[in-house]
Amino acid sequence: MVRFTLDDQEIVVPEGITVLEAARRSGIFIPTLCDDSRLEPFGGCRLCVVQVQGIPRLVTACTTPVAEGMRVQSTNEEIERRRRTIVELILSDHPNDCMVCEKAGDCNLQELAYFYDLRTNRFYGQRSQRLVKDQNPFIERDMEKCILCGKCVRACYDIQGVGAIDFTSRGFTAKIAPPFEKDLDCEFCGQCVSVCPTGALMSKQSLGKGRQKDVQEVDTICPYCGCGCNLTLHVSRNEVVRVTSRPDTINEGWLCVKGRFGYSFINSPDRLKTPLIKKDGKFAEATWEETFDYVATRLGAIKSKHGPDAIGGLSSARCSNEENYLFQKFMRAAIGTNNVDHCARL
Amino acid sequence: MTNSLAEIENNDVLFVIGSNTKESHPIIALRMIKAKRKGAKIIVADPRRVPMVRFADIWIQHRPGTDVALLNGMMHVILKEGLFKKDFIESMTEGFDEEFRKNLEEYTPENAAKITGAPKEKIIEAARLYAGSDRAGIYYTMGITQHAHGTENVFSIANLALLTGNLGKEAAGVNPLRGQNNVQGSTDMGCIPNMYPGYQRVAIAAIREKFEALWKVKLSEKEGMTATEMIPAAEKGSLKALYIMGENPVVSDPDCTHTIKALKKLELLVVQDIFMTETAELAHVVLPGSSFAEKVGTFTNSERRVQRVRRAVNSPGIAMKDSLIIIELSKRMGYEMNYPHTVEIFREIGQVWPALAGMSYARLDDGGLQWPCPTPDHPGTQYLFKGGFPRGKGRFTTVMFKPSAEQPDQEYPFILTTGRQLFQYHTGSMTRRVKPIDAISPEAYVEIHPEDAGALAIEGGSRVKVSSRRGSITVKAVVTKRPAKGMVFIPFHFKEAAANVLTSSTTLDPIAKIPSFKVSAVRLEKA
Amino acid sequence: MPGDITINICMGTGGIAAGGEAVMSAFEDALASADIAASVKKHCAAHKVGCRGFCARDVLVDVIENGGKHTYEYIKPDMVKRIVEEHLAGGQPVQEWLVKEDYHTFHGKQVRAVLADCGEMDPEDIEAYAGRGGYEAALKSLTSLAPTDIIEELKRSGLRGRGGAGFPTGLKWEMARNEPGDTKYIICNADEGDPGAFMDRSLVEGNPHAVIEGMLIGAYAIGAQRGYVYIRAEYPLAVQRLTIALGQARERGFLGRNIQNTGFDFDIKVKLGAGAFVCGEETALIASIEGNRGMPRAKPPFPAQKGLWGKPTVINNVETLANVPYIMRKGSGWFAGFGTEKSKGTKVFALTGKIRNSGLIEVPFGISLREIIFDIGGGIEGDRKLKAVQTGGPSGGCIPASLMETSVDYESLASAGSIVGSGGMVVLDETDCMVNVAKYFLEFTKSESCGKCIPCRVGTMRLLEILTRITSGKGRPGDVELLQELSEDIKMTSLCGLGQTAPNPVLSTIRYFKDEYDAHIIERRCPAGVCKSFIAFTVLEEFCKGCMACVRVCPSGAIVGEKKKPHRIVQDVCIKCGACFATCKFQAVRKRAVYGEIHTR
Repeated sequence: MVRFTLDDQEIVVPEGITVLEAARRSGIFIPTLCDDSRLEPFGGCRLCVVQVQGIPRLVTACTTPVAEGMRVQSTNEEIERRRRTIVELILSDHPNDCMVCEKAGDCNLQELAYFYDLRTNRFYGQRSQRLVKDQNPFIERDMEKCILCGKCVRACYDIQGVGAIDFTSRGFTAKIAPPFEKDLDCEFCGQCVSVCPTGALMSKQSLGKGRQKDVQEVDTICPYCGCGCNLTLHVSRNEVVRVTSRPDTINEGWLCVKGRFGYSFINSPDRLKTPLIKKDGKFAEATWEETFDYVATRLGAIKSKHGPDAIGGLSSARCSNEENYLFQKFMRAAIGTNNVDHCARL
Repeated sequence: MTNSLAEIENNDVLFVIGSNTKESHPIIALRMIKAKRKGAKIIVADPRRVPMVRFADIWIQHRPGTDVALLNGMMHVILKEGLFKKDFIESMTEGFDEEFRKNLEEYTPENAAKITGAPKEKIIEAARLYAGSDRAGIYYTMGITQHAHGTENVFSIANLALLTGNLGKEAAGVNPLRGQNNVQGSTDMGCIPNMYPGYQRVAIAAIREKFEALWKVKLSEKEGMTATEMIPAAEKGSLKALYIMGENPVVSDPDCTHTIKALKKLELLVVQDIFMTETAELAHVVLPGSSFAEKVGTFTNSERRVQRVRRAVNSPGIAMKDSLIIIELSKRMGYEMNYPHTVEIFREIGQVWPALAGMSYARLDDGGLQWPCPTPDHPGTQYLFKGGFPRGKGRFTTVMFKPSAEQPDQEYPFILTTGRQLFQYHTGSMTRRVKPIDAISPEAYVEIHPEDAGALAIEGGSRVKVSSRRGSITVKAVVTKRPAKGMVFIPFHFKEAAANVLTSSTTLDPIAKIPSFKVSAVRLEKA
Repeated sequence: MPGDITINICMGTGGIAAGGEAVMSAFEDALASADIAASVKKHCAAHKVGCRGFCARDVLVDVIENGGKHTYEYIKPDMVKRIVEEHLAGGQPVQEWLVKEDYHTFHGKQVRAVLADCGEMDPEDIEAYAGRGGYEAALKSLTSLAPTDIIEELKRSGLRGRGGAGFPTGLKWEMARNEPGDTKYIICNADEGDPGAFMDRSLVEGNPHAVIEGMLIGAYAIGAQRGYVYIRAEYPLAVQRLTIALGQARERGFLGRNIQNTGFDFDIKVKLGAGAFVCGEETALIASIEGNRGMPRAKPPFPAQKGLWGKPTVINNVETLANVPYIMRKGSGWFAGFGTEKSKGTKVFALTGKIRNSGLIEVPFGISLREIIFDIGGGIEGDRKLKAVQTGGPSGGCIPASLMETSVDYESLASAGSIVGSGGMVVLDETDCMVNVAKYFLEFTKSESCGKCIPCRVGTMRLLEILTRITSGKGRPGDVELLQELSEDIKMTSLCGLGQTAPNPVLSTIRYFKDEYDAHIIERRCPAGVCKSFIAFTVLEEFCKGCMACVRVCPSGAIVGEKKKPHRIVQDVCIKCGACFATCKFQAVRKRAVYGEIHTR
């Protein structure tokens, strides 16, 4: 454990953690756009600059490990003035079209602009010209909104092990792009979308379907493979419009292409909406009453004629524990057979 | 999984065999990559150059179906070089006898190399690496199990872990990765013909009596049929009615033609699903169920973690909750089920199976719990067999290599392996209805090694007719070095060119009744 | 009977550009020709040597006989025959081609310590280096000194990093030595990127073995098994000579396994940089060697703790390393005998700009700027007035003429608002606009920023835009203050040295030449007559002879007029390049400020 002083408050934290992490644990807010505790520190946005006694220049809290006896000032007039300049500089190279931006209301940059009351900007001039369109089916890349925090690059390489994007070009023309600035061609896990602090990376499927303030979030579990990833469904007008995941879950907030983008089957027009009974080789819509009676009668007839073992049941690995429990109970208790199985082998 | 997902990143060595983790379990693969970034070594054994190979320190490209020879070869080296854990074997296991050791003698690295086609140096290297670590985990999936000798493959894996003491501790273990979100739960809940919920055997009278008392009904003494047995029974006419909830056997089961034929013979086929699947098309009655986003309950993942499922939207039309459908049907069959709320069902599960007794919806709210969790103050179980095995001791099983039932011959010279790819899921009933996914992965294909493609004058992107003794399909050729020479791969997600037209429903594992999807003999022709 | 004659021909990049290779082969041809007496031929040898420093006079040729040395300047191949005939064969130097007095004053106040062998021997010949005492220091270090002895000796010498920051080298080595671990690295930073700088380039070209020897001693001192020289691919000659030297060092057993039977293993790899200025920053350089994009990361951990591949790594600049063998050979006392209290030894500078004697110079620390500019440099070209000296490249600042007594050392230059830097020294005169100078450097840093951190990436762009606005007549009251505020924010918040120092040219020009900024903003005037928005070119009819010379050089076709009749410049078409102004022999083309004042050439 290490003892240090943060804003005149003595704090004890485990060795090796950064000043930013220590501040978070102590409930002290330090702004940042490029830090994510799941990713390697980057030190690019410079918003988390703090003063450390004995160091003449400001240092970034995200890259500075706490040391015994260190004295850190997280905020004061000078620090806030410099942070404000940084946000001002970002906004001087940003479309600032929050009124129509998909990310509005859920945008870290917008929050900071509000926090620093940036109604006017001392800086203006050239804006970065960056690719806006990308034909891939999943990810909308509006790179003019990119602030080069590098989170997507780190998530893509360090976490996903893909490396589909990286920094390219220098200076003011620096940008993040796939090799040779072609269209994105990757695993489409969307980790990049999930870590983007601005509206530079968005899910194409979600565009125009409702901004964050309009959605209701529901935590649940992914319907695909057996990882058991935690999903947060964003629901607007009885439709799932976006899927995210919380970082404090077993999947640490990471999802795959199916988990993150494979949800629109829920609202597919192909969904079965009424019971169907086949008559003369064709399905006809039926009420539940008719259907239950029909099935129960037929099953009862077969059971009494051929015995319960002439009936089998296949349950689903896509259904819940409760449903599976009821299904086997139905087969065993109501029908009277152990002919019950599911697709574990397939 | 004996161990937990979070432990993966603390492994020193990961032995990934028969698992295309990066595509089939992408998020588990991320934990493996994290382990790699922290310095772990990764061994991948797979006949295909799966994406995980990119992260591997050792890649063993063995022939499909030769896992036992590979694993026995590794154990031979471990034995010969004295790398096994003597103390662990003495105190925790049984069956490490003359017969077991003698059997391994013939699996010298040279012989194992001959059978598997992998270089002996790599087998030796992998054996040393795995045995040399105290935190070595084995991860496998259907590449191990979907064989006519799948059970023996699993025994072999268990042998390897027991030999090196990599069981019953953190960041180690034998870890089958489950392929479907709640396949663990379905099994736990007793949707298997020989077990009641919680792996309690139907055949044991005392257990049956317990359930009879709880459910207040007389229960059958006879073990039931597995899914792979029900289909032939339907064809034979001994099975008259089938109630299928959320399954699509026409596409997922081996030998589609046979499956369709069998299902058509049924007097009553009831299919409960959210889409008009290929199986539902054949049904007499179709019951509209609910998707995961429309219901309340729990799923159990690969690491035995029970987690909460919550309702986000309403079902379309008059589609109903699946549990309500069952309750209604049961009532009409004369057996009342009385559950005012889903939570009552969960409570009953806890009563019949002690491993879940300590769980409640409230406790599950914060990240779920791993069974066994017998009491309300139990924290759940991160890894199994800590301090011992439920049967007393871990048992070594002598396993000999057996060639796969269907071998390539002159008529069908290629080995076909079916499996999954990243973008689609299972029979595609969900993912193929997601526009961007279908845009990126629109059709079926067969992966062919460039040398094989060259010999048959097949060009990448052209149509290829793939035939087996069961039937044939026409798919797009993808010429790639992913499969080895002599091997082809087809994903099974695409109903238009269903890979399961080609697979066999008769070459099942005798114990687990699992089809041998990983080895079928096929022929390729330009279409 | 004549004694041995050695002919040294400057074949640094400057020498080659001036035709050194042709001169060399002219000597070889002449010596091989039948006309020359066999007795002369036998004793003559022509060598290529590295940079001599006085690049303005290239090609320089030394003829050395019986210890006496005659130096010729501006030599062309067709002059060689006469030198051979009259001087080599006849014993009579060709007086009119010998260097003049100013060549000697150029060298008068210089001290050639690290450059002692540069320009005096063939850099592609390890024997030449060994013959002048080369590798003695390495041999002594490896066989009779403990690593800590070497570090102590270096600490006593007071050697500080010559790359710019001036960190004590002995201390840096000690830090790396004390880090635990078996694998360590030493890297030579030869990624010289300042515009107009050629110190390291000349050193590698003129004496690559000194760099190798310095690395070998360093490797032994810190316990490194492998070294890298990170050098710009744009320095092909330096790369070539370094590669040759590495091969020779390996052959002679100064690199490789079991060096000189001491049991010490060490080898050096050359890594070519792609010309990114930021890769001179050590963490970016390491990233580049590792195969990643050259982007700096935050320090700590310092490279001495966690450097290349995560191992303790020492990174020294070329000049620092080249000093090491001389210090180890001649002793720390000898080295510390030069310089000031805190800045010991000598420093190599690339003296350029509006100076008469531009070239590579080596001076002891403590010399004044005035001595460098007027004694060594020979003063300003065309007898114009000195305005300022820019030192330290894009990270440095401008020191005004009034401060020419400033001592050249780390501390004094810093307190004058500039830095020693890696050794660039650009002399500016009254025809240089200081706002434009600041703009020039910002143009450079803006383009060379890696783009990782916001203050540097966006901030330097905004600084440049404000400067551009000022130089194009659109400056606004408050712009100077805005420049200062933004500069301070960039300095305080940038990630690496590039951004932290990028505003220095702006701040130092504002500090000393605020009047020029004000002239641009308030009076709409560029006092130096440089900024195009404030000037116009016109033809004075009464002076114009109608010679058409200006019409021919005008790139935009802006000058109209017939032969022998006065010409006229069409202002809308004129791009103000000044070609006509420079060409007119009759002072008929006039540059005039948009507001009144007329400049003549």
